Amino acid sequence: MNFDIGVILAKGPQILSGLGVTVLIWIAGTFLAAALGFVIATARHYGGPLIGAVLAIPVEVLRGTPFLVQIFLLYFGGPYIGITLDPIPAGLLGLSVYGAAYYAEIFRAGYQSVPPGHVEAADCLGFSRGQTVLRILLPEMALIVLPPSVNMAIILLKETALLSLITVPEMTLTVQAIGSQQYAFLESLVVLALVYWALVELAGTLGRLAERYFSRYRLALK
Amino acid sequence: MTRPTPAISVVNVSKSFGQTEVLHDISLDIPAGQVSCLIGPSGSGKSTLLRCIAFLEETTSGRILIEGQPLGFSEQDSGYRARQSRAQTRAVRANIGMVFQQFNLWPHMTALGNVSAALKVVRKLPKAEAEARAMAQLTKVGLAERAHHYPSQLSGGQQQRVAIARALALEPKIMLFDEPTSALDPELTGEVLTVMRTLAAEGMTMVVVTHEIGFAASVGTQINFLDQGRLLFSGPPEEVFRKPRPQRLEQFLDTYIDRGASMLA
Repeated sequence: MNFDIGVILAKGPQILSGLGVTVLIWIAGTFLAAALGFVIATARHYGGPLIGAVLAIPVEVLRGTPFLVQIFLLYFGGPYIGITLDPIPAGLLGLSVYGAAYYAEIFRAGYQSVPPGHVEAADCLGFSRGQTVLRILLPEMALIVLPPSVNMAIILLKETALLSLITVPEMTLTVQAIGSQQYAFLESLVVLALVYWALVELAGTLGRLAERYFSRYRLALK
Repeated sequence: MTRPTPAISVVNVSKSFGQTEVLHDISLDIPAGQVSCLIGPSGSGKSTLLRCIAFLEETTSGRILIEGQPLGFSEQDSGYRARQSRAQTRAVRANIGMVFQQFNLWPHMTALGNVSAALKVVRKLPKAEAEARAMAQLTKVGLAERAHHYPSQLSGGQQQRVAIARALALEPKIMLFDEPTSALDPELTGEVLTVMRTLAAEGMTMVVVTHEIGFAASVGTQINFLDQGRLLFSGPPEEVFRKPRPQRLEQFLDTYIDRGASMLA
């Protein structure tokens, strides 16, 4: 059997289109997941025990079931309850909601990491809750939440491959289709692995740069 | 002749955490311009009382008036305590600046950032004006040249002076200090106490929870001794520290005589 990666790479424009869909869903999905997760964590932090208990349920369900099952339920089960979505919106929604459950836990740890006295100081100076969250809590927890957030972004990137199973025209679907047409299955898998790995390395590097920025006050020389 | 409104009135305040009563029916007036010191053994309730005055803790019963305005709760005719809106509480609290034992500076901001933050965020002053005012406060506590340092780059004493400058930036009428030197190495307490002496000399109304009995005796104008949640004595230092002293106070002071309070021996 010949191993000829060239037959895959010859379909460059198609691969790029799949890559584009993957990156778009990944970036948008991660952003939405983090935003929704932050809203959930904030509501749990400031809301009473009732709100906390109610919000814990979806978080537990989403963390307790496989992503594949969730997107199948959404895409194939949704129409039975009147939710009919095209593959890309369904994939984006599924990824955002799934990621939000994890980001909610990441930001919950972030809230717990800030000493209560730092919030009391803001209270005494007349900061509103919103001002305290934006000016004190978020920047202070940034260092704590950044590493797990980057980690989660990387996991979400790799989970986008599963969206090929609900026919989202992302990279895995595209490259596997090329592989089938060209009888080059192995080559297509190698190309996929390399491209995902390159994206993950890029995300990790950006994460480290962000960490350095947010830890500037710790790195400052005495 | 009507007496002027006290800066702070504590009226029949009790406070319980669950089943444990930490403050028992405390009443205390602190007139403007006084340096009122809260002293007493650990667990006597002095920090809790101060935190109630800052509305960081809620009283279980009784009321606290700041400049004559009720703090945290509005009194209804029926005697039912209605919680004030957050905006109302903020308005009453604006009279107060608070200094904590653990400084509680925000680590992601420089000294200047810490002191100017409330001016920018709460008072909405333009950046340049906020920073000019903040710089004036830092100069006052002797830290102008450290303005661009982060808290992690400052000594404990310097951090506490920044915290004092931060509280002063909003020009409060009353300053509350919760054991401001307890987290400091002994050689660093002096610089913080010096700043506090200067404030006192300027006529600032101050309430100070302290273990620095020497400071209380020399700068305090009203000494309040708490024990087991009760206010046992309140009066000018020459009265409270006058011999013969009540037994409970004598026992307490005995432990301090060799710690800078030898003037009371």
